[in-house]
Amino acid sequence: MLELKQLVKTFHRGTPNEVRALRGVTLTIERGSFVVVIGTNGSGKSTLLNAVAGSFLVDTGSIKMSGQDVTRWPEHRRAKFIGRVFQNPFTGTAPNLSIAENLALAAKRGRRRGLGWALDSNLSDQLRERVRRMGLGMEDRLTNAIGSLSGGQRQSLTLLMAGLMKPDLLLLDEHTAALDPKSADQVIRLTDDMIQRDKLTTMMVTHSMHQAAYLGDRLIMMVRGQIIHDFQGAEKRRLTPEALLERFEEVRRMDQLDEAAAEELRLQYV
Amino acid sequence: MTLLIGSLTMGLILSLLAFGVLISFRILAFRDLTADGSLTLGGSVAAALLVSGWNPWLATLLAILAGALAGATTGALATKCRINGLLAGILVMTALYSVNLRVMGKSNVPLMDSRTILSSAQQMAKENTKWDIGLWQVPAQDVCVIGLVLLLIAAVGAGMVAFFRTNLGLAMRATGDNSDMIRALGVDVDWMTTLGLAIANGLTAFAGALLVQYQGFADVQMGIGMVVLGFASVIIGETLVGSRVVVFLICGAVMGSVLFRLLVAIALRWGLNPNDLKLVTAVFVLVALVAPDLWKAARKRLSFA
Repeated sequence: MLELKQLVKTFHRGTPNEVRALRGVTLTIERGSFVVVIGTNGSGKSTLLNAVAGSFLVDTGSIKMSGQDVTRWPEHRRAKFIGRVFQNPFTGTAPNLSIAENLALAAKRGRRRGLGWALDSNLSDQLRERVRRMGLGMEDRLTNAIGSLSGGQRQSLTLLMAGLMKPDLLLLDEHTAALDPKSADQVIRLTDDMIQRDKLTTMMVTHSMHQAAYLGDRLIMMVRGQIIHDFQGAEKRRLTPEALLERFEEVRRMDQLDEAAAEELRLQYV
Repeated sequence: MTLLIGSLTMGLILSLLAFGVLISFRILAFRDLTADGSLTLGGSVAAALLVSGWNPWLATLLAILAGALAGATTGALATKCRINGLLAGILVMTALYSVNLRVMGKSNVPLMDSRTILSSAQQMAKENTKWDIGLWQVPAQDVCVIGLVLLLIAAVGAGMVAFFRTNLGLAMRATGDNSDMIRALGVDVDWMTTLGLAIANGLTAFAGALLVQYQGFADVQMGIGMVVLGFASVIIGETLVGSRVVVFLICGAVMGSVLFRLLVAIALRWGLNPNDLKLVTAVFVLVALVAPDLWKAARKRLSFA
C-alpha cells in the first residue's frame, strides 16, 4: 500500500540552521495496517508524515502509494489517496464555513470540483447521518460556523472529514496532543472505532506512551531521522507503556554516551 | 432629485467594484491592489471599442475579459512567482497604466454619440418626459437607466450567491478561510487564488465599463483610489448587515456602495472640496478599521474602572 525507500530530507541545507530531518527512512506498510509512530522531539516523526502527505518534496528516495509513484506529486494531488488530521485543531477545518459546508468539502476530497451544488439535500441527509453516528450531538447544528465549536469538537469533525471518503491512507499527526484529557480520550475512541470499522491503513504519530502501547498493530520508533525499532504482531501486542519508556531511556543513555565520548575526544585532541 | 438618482446610479455601478473587492479581500483574504488598474482597463477597453462602433454588449464583455486577464496575471505573479500579493497587485496596476494609454491612444476618450448599453435603455423613454414616483417627478430616461443598472447588479449578485454555493465556489471560500485545510482536501490553492482574482477583477472591469458608459468618457486617471473606495463600501456593508454570510455580504456591498455615494453627494453639496474627497475616503476607511478595536479597548478600560 505504502512504500517508502531511503527518504532523505534536509532543511536549511548549507546554513548554520541545517536540520537533517530524515536520514534514509525505508518502510513498507501493508493495506489495512495501523502503524503508530513514536520518537523523541525532533526525531523526524512529523516530518515523515509530512513527506508522505507531500507538504514538501523529499531530497532523495521514493514514495509509492496505491501502486503509483507519488514522489514528485504536489500535496493537493496526493489528497486523492490521503485523509489527514493535524495536531492543531484549527488547521483541519475552515472556521467561517458551517459544519455542513466543511463536510461537503471533505466529501469531494481529491475529486474535480465543478459547478454542481455543494450541498444538495441528498448529501445533507447523508452527512447528518454520519455526524449523528459520532454521537456528539452535533447533527442539529450543521449550519453553525465551525469557529463556534470547541477544540475537541473541531478535531472530531476533522477526523470525520478525513475518514469520510475512506482514504487509502489515514495520517494522524499527534491529533490529540492539543486537547484536554477528556476530549483526547473521546477523539482517540472515535479514531479507533473508525479505523477498525473501515479497515483504514493508518499512520499515527503520538506522544502518548499509553496510546502507543494499546493502539495499532505495529509500532515504529524514530530517533534522529531514522527508524530504530519496528515492533509487529505478537511483539507489538506485548508492549506496555513502561517497556516503551525503557526504550526511550536507552536512547537517552546512548545520546549521553555519545556526548561524553565527544567531550573526551575534544579534550584530548583540540 | 436628479442628484439623488445620479448618486444612486453611480452607487449601483460601483457596487460591482465592491463585489470585486469583496471577493479578493474578504473571500480570498488576498490584499489585491490591481483594482485601480483593472477598473480603468475595463473603462478604456469599453471606450475604445464603443468609439469604433462595436456592439456595446460585446464591448462590455471584452472589457470584463480584459479585467479578468489582469486579475489572473496578479494571481500568477503571486502564486507561481511567489511575489508578495500586495506587490504583485501594484506591479500589475502600474503596468496597466501604460496598457490603458495604449488601448485608448490618449489620456481621455469621450464617447460622443456612440451607442452604449445605457443609451439603449435611455431610448426606451422619450426625452423630457417625467414620471411620477411617489412625491417626486423624475426624468423618465434616468429611471430607465437606473432600472437597467439595477437589473444587471441583481443578476451579478444572484450569480455570485449561486457560485459560492457550488463545489467550486465553496472550495474558493475555503481557500481564503483555511488554505492548509483545503490543500489537504485536494484543492490547488494557487489555481483557486488565480481564478478568484480573475473573477474579482473581471467584475471591477465591468464596473469601469459601465462607469464609462454612464459618464460618457474614459479617463486614464479614473481608477485612482478605487480599491479604497470599494473597501469602504464593503466595510459599510458589513456594518449594516452585521453578518459574514455570503448572501448578506453581497447585499451589504450594494448597500454600502450606494450609501457611500449618497454620503459623498451630500458632503459635496455641503461644500466639501472635491479635491479632498480621496483624503476623506482614506480617513473614513482608517477610522472604520481602527474604531472597533479602540471601542473594545475603551470598553475594557471602563469595565475595569
